[in-house]
Amino acid sequence: MNDAPEVSGQVDVAETKSNTFSEHVAGYLTRLRRGDVGMLPILLGLIVIAIIFQSLNENFLSPRNFVNLIVQMAGITVIAIGVVYVLLLGEIDLSIGYVSAVTAVFMTLRLREPDSWPWLLAILAGLALAALIGLTQGFFITRFQLPSFVVTLAGLLVWNGVVLLMIGSSGTVVIQDSVIISIANYFLPPLWGWIVGGAVVLFFTLGLLNEVRIRRARNMPTVPMGIIALQIALLALVTFAAVYIANQDRGVPLVGLIMLVLLVIFTFIANRTRFGRYVYAIGGNKEAARRAGISVERIRMIVFMLSSVMAGAGGIILASRLRSVDTASGGGSLLLNSIAAAVIGGTSLFGGSGRVVSAFLGALVIATIENGMGLLNVSAGVKFVVTGSVLLIAVLVDAITRRARQS
Amino acid sequence: MADTQPILQCSQISKSYGAVQALTNVDFEVRPGEIMALVGDNGAGKSTLIKGIAGIHSFDSGTITFDGNEVHIHNPRDAADLGIEVVYQDLALADNLDVVANMFLGRERIQPPLRLDEASMEVSAIETLHSLSVTTLQSVRQKVVELSGGQRQSVAVAKAVMWNSRVVILDEPTAALGVAQTRQVLELVKTLRDKGLAVVMISHNLHDVFEVADRITVLRLGQTVGIYLAPATTQQEIVHAITAGKLEHVPGMAAEVEA
Repeated sequence: MNDAPEVSGQVDVAETKSNTFSEHVAGYLTRLRRGDVGMLPILLGLIVIAIIFQSLNENFLSPRNFVNLIVQMAGITVIAIGVVYVLLLGEIDLSIGYVSAVTAVFMTLRLREPDSWPWLLAILAGLALAALIGLTQGFFITRFQLPSFVVTLAGLLVWNGVVLLMIGSSGTVVIQDSVIISIANYFLPPLWGWIVGGAVVLFFTLGLLNEVRIRRARNMPTVPMGIIALQIALLALVTFAAVYIANQDRGVPLVGLIMLVLLVIFTFIANRTRFGRYVYAIGGNKEAARRAGISVERIRMIVFMLSSVMAGAGGIILASRLRSVDTASGGGSLLLNSIAAAVIGGTSLFGGSGRVVSAFLGALVIATIENGMGLLNVSAGVKFVVTGSVLLIAVLVDAITRRARQS
Repeated sequence: MADTQPILQCSQISKSYGAVQALTNVDFEVRPGEIMALVGDNGAGKSTLIKGIAGIHSFDSGTITFDGNEVHIHNPRDAADLGIEVVYQDLALADNLDVVANMFLGRERIQPPLRLDEASMEVSAIETLHSLSVTTLQSVRQKVVELSGGQRQSVAVAKAVMWNSRVVILDEPTAALGVAQTRQVLELVKTLRDKGLAVVMISHNLHDVFEVADRITVLRLGQTVGIYLAPATTQQEIVHAITAGKLEHVPGMAAEVEA
């Protein structure tokens, strides 16, 4: 939910100018006018969607539905985090839907009596299998320079087949393990909800202040304290409001917390580590990355592995929510929704541009539409038409603001 | 300045690609604090010579001396370790990253255990740009896609000189630039010389060459036609050398010796 703070880019080369509150706001408005709108369109879009659904069905903005929404979006969000990394490279991974199913089915089968594995071991084995799948696909893509589209399309078919083979004639395999079921079906007690909310706000406050401290120590201009206070206040407001609303119903879902932690970790990796920097560099200019001594193929391989592992993690969450896996696992609109989530959230299909948080925002849009349509009892056909239209609008807005930025 | 020893000296360099003799017994040198222009028609062997020095490929024969010692450059890393940096014509910048990220690409500083040390990189980037008198950038946190051609060239040069480099090779630094931006880049090239770096500038534009170069090496058909002191020669003389300079070896074209 919370993107790591942007590196403040206010340093003038000629002279370091002081940064006041009003200058900072003015700078933001200038960026907006230049077309650098960031998350603004999608946030506005979400508000519009929420107003429409609420006016059609008063249950839409209820605490119960809010909690449902978080549980519904978690699986796609986690899968879409991997998609963001793949898209940043300018590649695509079409195998994620069935890789998520292979992982979930493999894990579920390990839990079966009589000789069931401990839940943690089953999860780790599932994720290790996903990693192996990603490694294999990455190997073919990097070693033989095959297009990722084709290799992962082959993967889509192969892993679909593997799911059917593993499940066999039983059709549906029910998950018995209580810990794995609670991944998507456990809700924090109210007090713990508040504690976790407080921890989130504290974590980001310390992060922002640490940033200021580092820059102050080097006599570099910093984001004005007023802005930082505003950011923290806004974050606290959103966080505590979410906790409050969730507590009106069953409480903060555990899976929401898992999703948040993963978003933070992978945002950090993308923005603040060498690996993340290299992913962006390869997506922006592969040749430049190569000449800079970056081992491009190794990074690409790791990203395809990451994509599979995140798909596997998402698959486990989805299986936990349904308390079972079946021959239809990983099929349907899962693959397209996961890719659409990253794109609706603002990650470019052409590489080099996008943020991890777009996985969350896009998944929120998709889950909101599905959820709202579900309340209205409309047919699956209408759902697809609306989701598709939103995807088109999202890329259209992106293209238009991009053109404004470049001119 | 003319008395200093060459920092980089290539003697009797030959290189062939299959049946094509790209370089034949080429001599080339550059001294600290001088701008050596490298000129020649298309296919004269400029790029082949530069790529060999940069470690992109190796020469068939000949010796390279750096700082008085014979060296062997097998890959770009070897060249970088010696302090030889090349700014290619396509600049090799990632448009989607900001100036600091580009200048440090592949050599990022880390705050243990794995966090990028953005503050320290930003300070160093600003210092380097200052020392090169590059003042046209609004912010080092601008993305490269937002920069003008001249600014990009400046960033690419700054990136090259950041690493204690001693020889900077610029491949057509003013191609595709407008008048004002060409001026800006040529000033930057002079600044590099004044900082004591050895600068090699490949260019087709003799006007630019005469504006900044101290000496001019002319290649023709893979051979050194001559090395000229810029103040003591004329554009006509250089043009003549490029198009009809006297060759020692004319593979399969004996008639042209008298041309």
